[in-house]
Amino acid sequence: MIGRWLAGNRGFAVAIALFAVLFVTYNLMHTRGFSTAVLVQNANESVAIGFVAMAQTVPVLMGGLDLSVGAVMTLSACIASVMVNGTMGEIVFGAFVTLLAGTSFGFMNGLLVVYGRIQAIIATLATGAIAIGLALLIRPEPGGDVDGDLGWALTNTVWDFADTYGLAQGGEAAWLQPFINIPVPLILQFGIACLVWLPIKRTVTGMTIYAIGSAEGAAFVSGLPINRAKILAYTLSGFFASCGGLYLAIQTSSGNADMVQAGAYTLNSIAAVVLGGTALLGGSGGVIASLVGALILRVISFYFRILDIDPLLQPLIEGLVLLAAVSFGAGRTFSIRNRLELFR
Amino acid sequence: MSRLGTLSAADRPLVIAFGFILVILAVGTVYTLSTTGTMPLLTPKYLLLQLQTGSFLGICAAGLMAVILIGHIDLSIPWTLTAAAMIGTAVGGPGAVPAALAVGLCVGLINGLGVAVLRIPSMIFTLGLDTVLRGLMVAQTGGYAPQDAATPLMLTLAKSSILGFPAALFVWAAVSVAVAFLLSRTTFGRALYAIGTRERAAYLSGMRTTRVIIGAFVLSGLCAALAGALLAGYSAKAYQGMGNAFLLPAIAAVVLGGTNVLGGRGRYAGTLIGVVLIVLLNSVLSIMQMPEALRQIIYGSVIIGMLLIYGRGDRVTS
Amino acid sequence: MAAPIIALTGVSKSFAGIRALEGVDFAAFAGSTHAILGENGAGKSTLIKIIAGVLQPETGEMRLNGAPGRFAGPNAAADAGIICMFQELSLIPDLTVAQNISLSRPPRRFGLIDRRAQILRAEEVLARVRCEDVDPRTLVRDLSLSRRQMVEIAKALGRDPRVLILDEATSALTARDVQTVYDLLSRLKADGVSSLFISHRMHEVEELCDRLSVFRNGRHIETFAKGARSDAEIVRLMIGRDVTAKYPPKPAPVARPAVLQVGGLSWETALNGVSLTLGRGEILGIGGLDGQGQKELLLALFGVLRGVRATVAVNGKPGLPAAPVLAKARSLALVPEDRKTEGLMLSLSIAENMVAAAFDKVARGGIIDRTRVAALIDKGVEVLQIKAGSVDDAVSTLSGGNQQKVVLAKWLMTDPQIIMLNDPTRGIDIGTKQEIFRIMRQLAEEGRSILFYSSDYAELIGCADRVIVLYDGRVVRELTGMAITEEALVAASLNTGDAA
Repeated sequence: MIGRWLAGNRGFAVAIALFAVLFVTYNLMHTRGFSTAVLVQNANESVAIGFVAMAQTVPVLMGGLDLSVGAVMTLSACIASVMVNGTMGEIVFGAFVTLLAGTSFGFMNGLLVVYGRIQAIIATLATGAIAIGLALLIRPEPGGDVDGDLGWALTNTVWDFADTYGLAQGGEAAWLQPFINIPVPLILQFGIACLVWLPIKRTVTGMTIYAIGSAEGAAFVSGLPINRAKILAYTLSGFFASCGGLYLAIQTSSGNADMVQAGAYTLNSIAAVVLGGTALLGGSGGVIASLVGALILRVISFYFRILDIDPLLQPLIEGLVLLAAVSFGAGRTFSIRNRLELFR
Repeated sequence: MSRLGTLSAADRPLVIAFGFILVILAVGTVYTLSTTGTMPLLTPKYLLLQLQTGSFLGICAAGLMAVILIGHIDLSIPWTLTAAAMIGTAVGGPGAVPAALAVGLCVGLINGLGVAVLRIPSMIFTLGLDTVLRGLMVAQTGGYAPQDAATPLMLTLAKSSILGFPAALFVWAAVSVAVAFLLSRTTFGRALYAIGTRERAAYLSGMRTTRVIIGAFVLSGLCAALAGALLAGYSAKAYQGMGNAFLLPAIAAVVLGGTNVLGGRGRYAGTLIGVVLIVLLNSVLSIMQMPEALRQIIYGSVIIGMLLIYGRGDRVTS
Repeated sequence: MAAPIIALTGVSKSFAGIRALEGVDFAAFAGSTHAILGENGAGKSTLIKIIAGVLQPETGEMRLNGAPGRFAGPNAAADAGIICMFQELSLIPDLTVAQNISLSRPPRRFGLIDRRAQILRAEEVLARVRCEDVDPRTLVRDLSLSRRQMVEIAKALGRDPRVLILDEATSALTARDVQTVYDLLSRLKADGVSSLFISHRMHEVEELCDRLSVFRNGRHIETFAKGARSDAEIVRLMIGRDVTAKYPPKPAPVARPAVLQVGGLSWETALNGVSLTLGRGEILGIGGLDGQGQKELLLALFGVLRGVRATVAVNGKPGLPAAPVLAKARSLALVPEDRKTEGLMLSLSIAENMVAAAFDKVARGGIIDRTRVAALIDKGVEVLQIKAGSVDDAVSTLSGGNQQKVVLAKWLMTDPQIIMLNDPTRGIDIGTKQEIFRIMRQLAEEGRSILFYSSDYAELIGCADRVIVLYDGRVVRELTGMAITEEALVAASLNTGDAA
């Protein structure tokens, strides 16, 4: 059973192992390693990139690409920085509008690709520019006003969450004790990933996303809903990206329409997808795997802090990790016996 | 519309783009007439100035077109341009421009090998190399603008004027003539179209497809590097992120000029028109003092809108 | 006999002006296994695609259980119980066997795909095809070709067929699997399922089928019960007496100096030690059933395949070219299998395509000499009589026959000594076919040598000076001159061992 899972998910397994090694070593080297404080801080810094990586994965699974994920995340963060405050009702409404905006952006990408017949690269590059423009309109200067309680509750441990909102006897309830040290961001991240992606994977449309990336012709002959799946993929991409934006705004209590940062997130999303073992040509891999890929990227950046490496080297290492990861997978090219198969 | 229908499919984007240039000029002129009562957009001096700043974009787009023609893309342009400018100014003296071009050559070679030999999707590989270059430059300069100044040759090429025309325009014109010649009259150029149309058939026709793909990326790298050297001359120095504003406009110029993103189709004249369109769109937006936010939105909308129009035409004919 | 479950009357269909089916009447009955026989291009595939809803007939009507039926697509046909297994597999390699078996209509629970039920259903159908060894949880890409074909059969079974169409469904199966499929078909027959069976293997047809229909050149020739006709009579019906193409006269056999010598050529599992000699000015035909290594042989000689083991001499110079560009330099040319994706750059102009292989002839230092290009193109158009409005038109605007002439012209411009043709007349009208045969003979008379694979035996008989027949990646038979007969070719292709 485990043997088969390993055979089918070798990339994912390697990613998990790599992450485990990196993370444990990091904690061993850290002066306050294995402490709740460090875990909470690490988790907080991983959420946005994790969501953006998940967003990128869905189009990549069907052999597409979404170059607007960073921009959509930025737009969502800016919307959230304006709307997520006030009464509880207003906060919920604000969060809803934030997620809706990102999701509709993804839906629009899907329509452009399916019915506008524009190549995904160009379409998402252009809609990415539009998203950044809208973000700048909403938030010309960095800043914002996000509900402080919410920010505190969502960026700390379960105990802090319960304490903030007076739930479970202020976090002292006996049944809660085994969980009090788990960071809320981790729960949010994996919770949304599992609650949204796992069910979708188990629908015909969700399965079609994989089928398109694997063999679009066979998917068509088998009568699978190709157009619906493509639109769903980009819509999901927008949804995950806006989750990342919403969390980023809550975490930093502000929004920042930073074009360079948006570009960096898009790049890192691709790197995370590759690290997680999802095939760039589509067909195999998954959202959870990319989440692990994103965690690897983040842990690498944590090393900069504890090893006192010049943070200026960070982009260099990021780029080298991406190039190394994609080149690693290119070995297959040399084992192809019929060179015509090189040309898709 | 009936006149458009009689045009050949290859010419339609050129005509639509050209029409859109006239629309931009008209809108801009109406705006300036109504606000200041002048029409600077239609004066040769102003247009030449715009084209001078547009020449950097034009040179980038010329090289990028070769890559897009084979159905690939070069996302490493921003930091190829910046790295070339920084290394060029750091080397200084008579070796400055050759050093910059050498950077472009190396980047192009690496991109070409990654795409043609390792067969990694160009989008990913060039994006990764772009980040590596950024990392190298940031590490080298400490994240600040380097102190080195542009060399006299860079300054001359970018800023001086010859016979009343900016020298940068002559450089752009020279690159244009060279690329147009390369595309239409050489075996390399024709192989680009063949590979972009059907790499398998090109390979089975006995073309050296690997070398041609590497060549296209080298051309793109060289053009970006040359643009970097010129831009350093224009600004008198190299600086962080100087290439960031060139990638999307360069892609837009090539695509709006009618080059098929999937490769195989496109004329250099179209890319020229695309560059002029983008440059004029930019200058009209700055005359209108359009904030950056609206600029980005208009930018994205124009690209999508025009591609939708091109696509409609395609479907009617097919 | 009961009313037919499927009845076609007067059905016609053509592609790009070429008739694939003409006025076909056909009926299939419940509880019957019905063989459809015919040579390549007889219209069998078109017929079953119409029945399965993939293609729409131009004229004529189809009745299903007596009621007029016409399907909008494969899904509509499947809903009516007509399940088809095409030669090209319809499996998704990155999904599991279980997912593939219930691909478009999976079992659900609470609206989601029920994986457990999916696996159970897969296990059940796999058991019916005696593939208990296939784990429903493995990915299809990890299965061997024969296992995949069994999964494809299981997938079809899982959809409760009333009419099951098997198009060369047994071509990649092991002997044991074939027996399983036989048993399965007889059980389905007992259950009242109507099976339509396309196969090139006569003994299979004899064992399985109770009715046989013979097609030829898009027409239905005859339908009869098993045993009503002898094998020889069936072969004659398939071949027909009407000569469909005229071939230029062959020269008398002479001794020819060898220009290409190949010994023990092996590659992967497709080629297992092919040896051949090609003489100057000779047309050497390659025969055999589809997929016996003919295509791989040509690709290997052209330097496309990696890891080929062989001793090769081209014009006395030893060594196999390592890439097409090197093959070209050694005066080889290849007209590939698929002219639309391998032979031509479809959206480029005729002129562009014609010079695509001959840059070194028209350019100096990489710069193209336009006058030389124009002269070369004019000559090519004239010699091959390519009918085109302007050589600047896209090559996609030409008819199939003229497109193939452009591919040929492209290679003639390189002045090749050895020309390899991979089924060059597929999907081409009869007139152009004859022109291509004429050109081939003319080239041979100029002293060029031609290696010619055709899936149509008549062409081999009409054109080739000598024929080698491939079976399972080996040369099983060599026929020369008058010995090249349809009977001999068919017998050798089936590798029956006896020289008919």
